[in-house]
Amino acid sequence: MESWRKNKLAFSVLVLPPTAWLVIFFTVPLLIMWVYSFAERGPQGQIYLAVNFANYARAIEWIHLGIIWKSVWVAAISTAITFAVGFPLAMGIAFAPTRWKNLLLLLVILPFWTNLLIRTYAWIAVLRTRGFLNFGLEWLHDEFSAFFALIGLPDVMGEFQALELLYNQKAVVIGLVYVYLPFLVLPIYATLEKLNKSYLEASLDLGAGHWRTLFSVTMPLAMPGVVSGCLLAFILSMGTFLTPALLGGTDSEMIGNLIARQFSSSRDWPFGSALSFLLLYLTFIILWVRASMASRKRGPI
Amino acid sequence: MGGTFFFLYFPIVSLIAFSFNDSKRNITWQGFTLRYYEKAFENSQLHDAFLNSLTVAGVSTTVSTIFGTMLGLSLYRFRFPAQGPFEGMVHLPIVIPEICMAVAMVAFFFTVEMPLGLTTITVSHIAFSIPFVAVVIRARMAGFEQSLEEASYDLGANQWQTFWNVTFPYMKPGMVAGALLAFTLSLDDFVITFFTSGPGSTTFPIKIYSMVRFSVTPEVNAASTVLIVLTLALTAVALVIQSRSQRKIDHG
Repeated sequence: MESWRKNKLAFSVLVLPPTAWLVIFFTVPLLIMWVYSFAERGPQGQIYLAVNFANYARAIEWIHLGIIWKSVWVAAISTAITFAVGFPLAMGIAFAPTRWKNLLLLLVILPFWTNLLIRTYAWIAVLRTRGFLNFGLEWLHDEFSAFFALIGLPDVMGEFQALELLYNQKAVVIGLVYVYLPFLVLPIYATLEKLNKSYLEASLDLGAGHWRTLFSVTMPLAMPGVVSGCLLAFILSMGTFLTPALLGGTDSEMIGNLIARQFSSSRDWPFGSALSFLLLYLTFIILWVRASMASRKRGPI
Repeated sequence: MGGTFFFLYFPIVSLIAFSFNDSKRNITWQGFTLRYYEKAFENSQLHDAFLNSLTVAGVSTTVSTIFGTMLGLSLYRFRFPAQGPFEGMVHLPIVIPEICMAVAMVAFFFTVEMPLGLTTITVSHIAFSIPFVAVVIRARMAGFEQSLEEASYDLGANQWQTFWNVTFPYMKPGMVAGALLAFTLSLDDFVITFFTSGPGSTTFPIKIYSMVRFSVTPEVNAASTVLIVLTLALTAVALVIQSRSQRKIDHG
């Protein structure tokens, strides 16, 4: 690292062009949206610049607050399930024999490199009324019916009713867990990997069972990774747009979809901008919590 | 663990498998066919969308690799005032929800009266790719021996020669990895593209989205499979390049 003063020419040649691009095509758009968030909407969706907080006030009206609250809630549930699925997976990889580790890690990351849209679409094919899951259930149902008919109990199972698995809240949660699992597994794996395994052995040697060791030793030691991974999954789930748009029904709209709607069919950009900034502030608060927890962990012990 | 991997792979594998299935209903296996690939390849709209995607990704990758490298290099090399806030701003596109950036871009292009189309898509893709490339370059440069540059200066090379003959060759694998990352990011992006595209600038993911909204068809599966294979191939190339350059460092 050298001071920029020592080499002003090289510094400005390197820094200015990319910074200019990011400022013009990222920072300025955010600023414009920020200005719009205080504007007023005309009858045809025009934007009249103004300074009022009406859009923010509208965002916390009951109908919209409900959607924001639902987004937080859905994100929390998805994160909890992702954790329940992801933590054992991260542990399994961290404690696997070395030669398997890289392969297992690759297997976790691989779906993450597949297009988000396609991964979500794949679940439509699985969950729809005539999808793979219902097809499998119907097959099971038929087998059982045949079995019951064989032992003299026909019609015990009744007609097969396809389950409504798609276009509801549950489908959204499944989709979110699926899409953001790698984001949670990788940080947890990273901390487990660095963890001193002799602590676990000590705990087992001193007579603690596997469960007790897990909850009293492994989990607390892995906490930084757990917090980081969970918050990441939470942020990503909360700000999602595509998953509810494809897998959700009319009642599973989340804040991302509400924002999108203001910029398309509702044509209320000022309100959409205000919502967008609320989502940004929420994201920043969580990122700040994450960063401050990480720095506390690194502090003197 | 087996169950989790089943959960991770069952949807994708069945999607790929059923793109070869000779049945329109697409639930039971009726035999192998490449019919839907032919159909997807002959679909001129899909064709155009794919070309659009490649054009956008090509331009976006070129620009964002150059800019991202410059940025990553300067973050690695220099101390300067307000570095913390600057880094925060630079990394912002990585952390903010995609939908927020998407609508901000729409608001921006509307304000500056730029008609939505391939240009606006490309401009946005460059903006969100630069930070990713910068992160990759910075990580790559973290392992660089600065004494090599000093040696070069001692041997009489000037700053320019030192950069091209010492620093740049070391940085190159990072640039390739960053470029491949930028390419896949651009090729895969849906949310930001969806909002910054106009009539006649449909990209591949957007075309797939509009097809998916109507129904699940083997043709969509085939088109998706093509995209999956393409992305995975690019990722594999990136991984190989990275591990090879790593080996070079390890063994001198």
